[in-house]
Amino acid sequence: MSDLQTQMDLEQQGVLFTTINKLYNWGRRSSVWPMQFGLACCAIEMIAAAASRYDISRFGSELFRASPRQADVMIVAGTVTKKMVPQVVRLFNQMPEPRYVISMGACATSGGPFRDGYNVVRGVDLYVPVDVYIPGCPPRPEALLHSLMTLQAQIDVQALQQVRWYGDDEGVVNEFPIPVFGAEGLEVAGIPGTADPVGGTPKMPPFVSPALGGKGERDASIKALEGNQPKPMLRAGTVTIEEVGHGIAG
Amino acid sequence: MALLARGELRSILQTQLPNVLDSRWDTQATDQVEAHGEGQTVLLDFDAVVKAEAIVEVAHFVRDTFGYDFLSNITAVDYLKQGLIELVYQFYNAAEGGPDLRVRVRIGRSPEECIVPSLTPTWPGADLQEREAYDMYGVVFPGHPNLARIYMWDEFKGFPMRKDFPKTGDKYTHVTGE
Repeated sequence: MSDLQTQMDLEQQGVLFTTINKLYNWGRRSSVWPMQFGLACCAIEMIAAAASRYDISRFGSELFRASPRQADVMIVAGTVTKKMVPQVVRLFNQMPEPRYVISMGACATSGGPFRDGYNVVRGVDLYVPVDVYIPGCPPRPEALLHSLMTLQAQIDVQALQQVRWYGDDEGVVNEFPIPVFGAEGLEVAGIPGTADPVGGTPKMPPFVSPALGGKGERDASIKALEGNQPKPMLRAGTVTIEEVGHGIAG
Repeated sequence: MALLARGELRSILQTQLPNVLDSRWDTQATDQVEAHGEGQTVLLDFDAVVKAEAIVEVAHFVRDTFGYDFLSNITAVDYLKQGLIELVYQFYNAAEGGPDLRVRVRIGRSPEECIVPSLTPTWPGADLQEREAYDMYGVVFPGHPNLARIYMWDEFKGFPMRKDFPKTGDKYTHVTGE
């Protein structure tokens, strides 16, 4: 008689066996509370997933918390603009661990249809590590539920001694740098120059997904090509604030 | 107080306010020459193109004479090839209804030329739209009470909607692995 058979027989008689790990993961996977936080049209699908037709509470995630301090998962639902990304990173930093990020839709994952625009971040994984990506524009509520189940499957295999926030591993990042507004784009601590220029290519690789073992480090296997530097801003024939502007106005 | 037909404002201004029309754009578009051709014909238009310094006078004129009292919209267009920034003002006659009346101003793209007097003192609704034209295209509006950036952060330099604003690269033009 196998161990599993013994366990099932005993369960029929009302005796339950488990491990601390299993119990702990079961508790966490069944109460992944999202942060109440939507950026664009994906947020409408997120609302639909929370309403009765799709009913996200079947998975224990119906409590959309109004504070990052009480949330377990940040669903980045929508277009992340360069003006919004400091707030996104700040909110993520304020979440207690264990914490997860779901990048919902094409915009949050890669910039989507706006990636060549001057104002949209080319993937939120440049600023925070993402556990689950959802394709779609916008993804249907079922896709969001599937991403939640994927996240639960990731939680299921976690071992208490090895999760990144409980270990004393070197190099575990708990605080992600909040980008700062600069003259040519966003500046990020640790990245020389303008890390994410307006109208240019980001000079930094994305964070490794924690699902692939990332501990908050950027993907070193991605190397920028020569010539992948943003062009300098074309100032000839354009006005800068210094040249005209506040002096003339008013 | 009456609605104006398409292109009518131009001939009215020629007789009543002879100095406000921009003489560079004297040729009025006709139905034969559509305003979407190549080269300079793209700038042919039915609407009145007025001098930048006359826009306040013309705006008050169409309001007081014809009842176009509601300034619905101000927007800017960058004609890079022609070296021009065009501002389009849309006036609406609230009492008589549509269609709206368009007045255009064409100015150069250099800092010395890219200046148009503000309509905000008369139409407070022009406030945010003039700030948008300043933020995105670099048009300066003397007389505006608070000409600050509206979309981009204050530290930013450059005007992203100008046609010569750079747009480069792709996140995935890297080699992965090796």
